[in-house]
Amino acid sequence: MNSILQSVFEPGFFASAPVRVALLAGGMAGLVSSVVGIFAVMRGQSYAGHALADISVTGGAASYLVGITPLWGFAGVGVAAAAAMDLIGVQRRRGRDLATGVVRGAALGLAALFLYWGTTSTSTTGATVTVLFGSIFTISTSTAAVAALLGALALGIVAGLYRPLLLSSASPELAFARGIPVRATGALCLVAIALAVSLSALTIGAILSTALLVGPAAAALRLTSKPGVAILWSVVIGLAATWLGVLLAYDSYYWPPAHQGWPVSFFVVAVVLFFYLLAQFARPAGTRRDKAAAGQAEAGG
Amino acid sequence: MADPGAVTTVQPNLAADREETLAVEDVSVRLGGRAVLHDVRFSIQAGEFVGLIGSNGAGKTTLLRVILGLQKPATGQVRIGGKAATRRNAGIGYVPQKIELDPDMPLRARDLVGLGLDGNRFGIPLPSSGRREMVEEMLDAVGAAAFADSRVGTLSGGEQQRVMIAHALISKPRLLLLDEPLANLDIRSEQEIVSLLARISKERRVAVLISAHEINPLLPVMDRVVYMAAGRAASGTTGEVVRPEVLTRLYGHHVDVVHLHGRVLVVAGQDDEPALGPRDDTHVLHTDPAPADSDNAGRR
Repeated sequence: MNSILQSVFEPGFFASAPVRVALLAGGMAGLVSSVVGIFAVMRGQSYAGHALADISVTGGAASYLVGITPLWGFAGVGVAAAAAMDLIGVQRRRGRDLATGVVRGAALGLAALFLYWGTTSTSTTGATVTVLFGSIFTISTSTAAVAALLGALALGIVAGLYRPLLLSSASPELAFARGIPVRATGALCLVAIALAVSLSALTIGAILSTALLVGPAAAALRLTSKPGVAILWSVVIGLAATWLGVLLAYDSYYWPPAHQGWPVSFFVVAVVLFFYLLAQFARPAGTRRDKAAAGQAEAGG
Repeated sequence: MADPGAVTTVQPNLAADREETLAVEDVSVRLGGRAVLHDVRFSIQAGEFVGLIGSNGAGKTTLLRVILGLQKPATGQVRIGGKAATRRNAGIGYVPQKIELDPDMPLRARDLVGLGLDGNRFGIPLPSSGRREMVEEMLDAVGAAAFADSRVGTLSGGEQQRVMIAHALISKPRLLLLDEPLANLDIRSEQEIVSLLARISKERRVAVLISAHEINPLLPVMDRVVYMAAGRAASGTTGEVVRPEVLTRLYGHHVDVVHLHGRVLVVAGQDDEPALGPRDDTHVLHTDPAPADSDNAGRR
């Protein structure tokens, strides 16, 4: 028994300080992304989440140049971009998609410039790898504390607006009729998405952050028809993915080819994909379709 | 308009009947220099089922927006339970037109009904047996108990409409507004929804105002009709309003009304046929409810 445990948790796993910080920060990113992700997916904003991730790369790269933790850049630029996306308005889908696409391209161009400067000034590719693919094992405790704070803010927004968000995600018209300020609710949700993305960008990288936002939520939507239970499923999958990812990455120091360890981001995304595919086998819950009742012959009169 | 209290009704609760749930008083609306509503006037009392009939562009949606407090009238006013119309009026339950619900959304019919009760509140709802019982009772009342645990997005049009009605009704409004609830329903669901709404209006003493293109599905159950054309409205019992001379004046050109097995067909007349009565732009039709000659007078 002990030997099995030892082969799962390679020596020194829990004793390692970077691992403990990684488990905490990764867990926070997984938790926040999976909760916020449910609303992002229900509202059809996974593209917005993807765009926010790309745009926040600029902030991460700029932070690296200035010499502060990329988290500030991810979160700052992400929230600013969320506000801008709301200002662009929601009137017409195509106009919004085009504007988002153009801004996203410009932001990535700026990020390329910053990363180039960062790379040439330090003569390493550290900046690029850190910003794009995350750096879960090199997070300082102070950065982890900021991450916890930003995560709590995002969770606070979603918990506080749970019912208005749920109703306006189901139907903006119904929410409006119920007196809910639909626009403001949507803007705050976008801010929560930006914060969730910034945490994931810090841990598994800006490029892969959408996987943690969309994947667990997409799997959870198939497993239940209850909104609260969907959030719980998403959290279970999100946490499992990040923690398993950290564990497997740690263990992979002992793996071929180079015995240098595989990146966490790879494992996290692989586990998310595994759960997503698994969920596709589940019969979608709550989709009762008894055609017999629907197509019943008309009663006389 | 005559004092509605003077009307002898078949309802026993006279005190409640006298109370006007909705009073639309000489409402005119101009949008972009065009008169969209022109001196519209009618009232609805508790427990009354009233159809708002008219084709596209007749002004039905604008009128509903005025009642909801979303559109300020140029002249006139709307009173709900005696108070001026405002946005976010808790006294109105509203079922908007053409709600599209995502079948992938994890939201059961009972969740949507519950959100009708407290969807505008902050925080996460704590499980409460009182809330659960209210939702259960509402689901039963609209005949939605059988599919209460299905995702709303996967339900049929008629089933979704029942859930919407429960969603709008659970906060106990005095006025229920429905914008084209019969659009895109098959004939059977159409009849079921109409008789459900009629039953609710009587049992719960809710004033129901339902907009529709077609008058016939509502004919058997309507207490009164508000017939709209080009921003003008004529109101009264169907017997009073759905007559060639009234509708001809409303439309401003010759209209025939054909009765066919208890249904009515409103058809445009020929140009060379004489119009029944001159058109007077300043005159707006209002026929007062007078049960003596009403075809609905004896109906329960």
